[in-house]
Amino acid sequence: MNRLKNSFETLKQNNDKALVGFVTAGDPDIETSLKIVTAMCENGMDILELGVPFSDPSADGPVIQRSSSRALKHDVSLKTVMDMIRKIRKITSIPIIIFSYYNPIMAYGIENFQPDAIAAGADGVLVVDLPLEESPELTSLWNQTDFSLINLVAPTTPKERMAKIASASSGFLYLVSKTGVTGSDGLDTSEIETQMNILRSVTDLPVCVGFGISTAEDVATVASMADGVVIGSAFERLIEENINSPELVSIIVQQTAEYKAATKQN
Amino acid sequence: MNPDIHFNSRMYPDTNGHFGPYGGRYVAETLMPALIELEAAYKQFLPDPEFQKALNILLKNYTGRPTPIFFAERLSRSIGGASIYLKREDLTHTGAHKINNTLGQTLLAKWMRKKKVIAETGAGQHGVATATTAALFGMECKIFMGVEDIQRQAPNVKRMELLGAEVVPVASGTGTLKDAMNEAMRYWVSAIRDTFYVIGSVAGPHPYPVMVREFQKIIGEESKIQIQELAGRLPDLLVACVGGGSNAMGLFFPFIEDQSVQMLGVEAAGTGIETGKHAATLNAGSVGVLHGSKSYVLQDENGQITEAHSISAGLDYPGVGPEHSLLKDINRVQYAAVTDQQALEAFSALCRLEGIIPALESSHALAAAMFEAKNRSKDDIILINLSGRGDKDLGIVGPLL
Ligand SMILES: Cc1ncc(COP(=O)(O)O)c(C=O)c1O
Repeated sequence: MNRLKNSFETLKQNNDKALVGFVTAGDPDIETSLKIVTAMCENGMDILELGVPFSDPSADGPVIQRSSSRALKHDVSLKTVMDMIRKIRKITSIPIIIFSYYNPIMAYGIENFQPDAIAAGADGVLVVDLPLEESPELTSLWNQTDFSLINLVAPTTPKERMAKIASASSGFLYLVSKTGVTGSDGLDTSEIETQMNILRSVTDLPVCVGFGISTAEDVATVASMADGVVIGSAFERLIEENINSPELVSIIVQQTAEYKAATKQN
Repeated sequence: MNPDIHFNSRMYPDTNGHFGPYGGRYVAETLMPALIELEAAYKQFLPDPEFQKALNILLKNYTGRPTPIFFAERLSRSIGGASIYLKREDLTHTGAHKINNTLGQTLLAKWMRKKKVIAETGAGQHGVATATTAALFGMECKIFMGVEDIQRQAPNVKRMELLGAEVVPVASGTGTLKDAMNEAMRYWVSAIRDTFYVIGSVAGPHPYPVMVREFQKIIGEESKIQIQELAGRLPDLLVACVGGGSNAMGLFFPFIEDQSVQMLGVEAAGTGIETGKHAATLNAGSVGVLHGSKSYVLQDENGQITEAHSISAGLDYPGVGPEHSLLKDINRVQYAAVTDQQALEAFSALCRLEGIIPALESSHALAAAMFEAKNRSKDDIILINLSGRGDKDLGIVGPLL
């Protein structure tokens, strides 16, 4: 069973788009993180991207940097993330994508990574700093399965390169909405539209758009152009702002539901 | 890997920037097109006779090249072993080898019609060198520097500001060189269309390791001619300190295929490798990916990069250039490590015996070379890359000596 494929097919039948939620695993601590993720799964999130914290997140803005630091205070490792996925898988059937820098995967062992991720219940991986040219060292070890390699496409990526990236990807493509790190403010919808048109001409894969999306209006706008909307820093900001609040989980629930309402097409 | 003394240095890197299993481009997709553009420009302009001419004139008239080689007779005699020679990179404009590279990269930026340059800096030497060449070419300049380093290298912060650069303090992570580099990469992603990132060592994603080596190899090329004029033959041993590894690659590279020449790279052992407070990446690290390339790194068992420690800000880095990792594996270069205390003693010795105040970085090379010299005969020639001068370190050294 390919959960990603099923998910995008079902959404399409319902005239809906995917709400892809990113959170750093173990932020603010492992137990609360599990509660947050569970609540998101139960309140409309369609795809989970679970971030592996890294000491040197050079592609991330301050919000996700801080979430990474908080998780690292609890020694959250890729092993911890595998354990969390095993638990999350018991309560949900939505696709789970591991979101990581390459070094934690190397330290885990590139041979064991895919079999362990599949056994835990993950559906794919996005390795932020493993571009097209370097990814075969990881994917050449993979068995023929439904485990997806999600790749990034950027506004600076030329068309021919987009086509190459698309053919090396499966599950979906992640279009970075702007040249910047995660959490940068402001959405350039005409830029997204241009990139989407080029991408559609080179691939049939679903495309999810992320970086800098934070309001329900942003979600609605992007959902009208793409197959899914990725929200990361906005969730992390909520976690950070309400870190000591007993309402933390319910605040996340409310926000997830609000975003989800905005993905529906009519 | 087997030791291979017939290593052909021109075989590396391959087309994707790999030095054997090391190097490459491990960056987010947003940076890839910029790196591909940079590689194309570098391949087009570097061999261009006009570019070479412009660069060589500046290296001569602006930087003060060639830098001399000096026979450190009193130092050699005091040890009673091999003859020690110093390649005087401390005599370049701005006082360290870093300017060879920033002149090359800033000129390349100009030829690529980029309007702004950015750089990371640890000791501040690379920041000063970049601010200098940016001023020379009339380009806007931002230097990212860890808050920790801003404190311990205050004179260099002032110099950068005088040269018209904006120094951006980086408080994230450990507030040192690695974090400055993370922040420079983040900024570059957002400003990629008009900004050139001047990386200060043979580290980072392809094409930086090979490009920086090409701009620094003038150190070894000059040395090869000068030492033969002075001593009548090639040296027996080359010694250079290794932070990211640029002054060492610059000296070593032109000698790689000269089998009679041994090479020693010297890392910072901080308070001792066994204490865990060190920056001896090649001696005590393991293979990983940091700042866009695969190489040895200091990390824990989960792949989190660990903090480096050294009295010398320029060596205080948990990574190392990928070419060094290959040269280590094939045994072409040996890598030793020297403690803060040993470096300070060597620093003192050079001040008193030769009237030269070396950078703390270079003092590490000096300490290892002095140790090597002890067990060798007077006829042996050791050539040290004196990568920089020590004025910037007086605030650190003062209270300790
Ligand atoms: C004088 C001097 N030597 C050496 C280094 C270390 O860099 P690398 O190993 O790239 O030569 C630095 C870095 O700031 C420096 O200032």
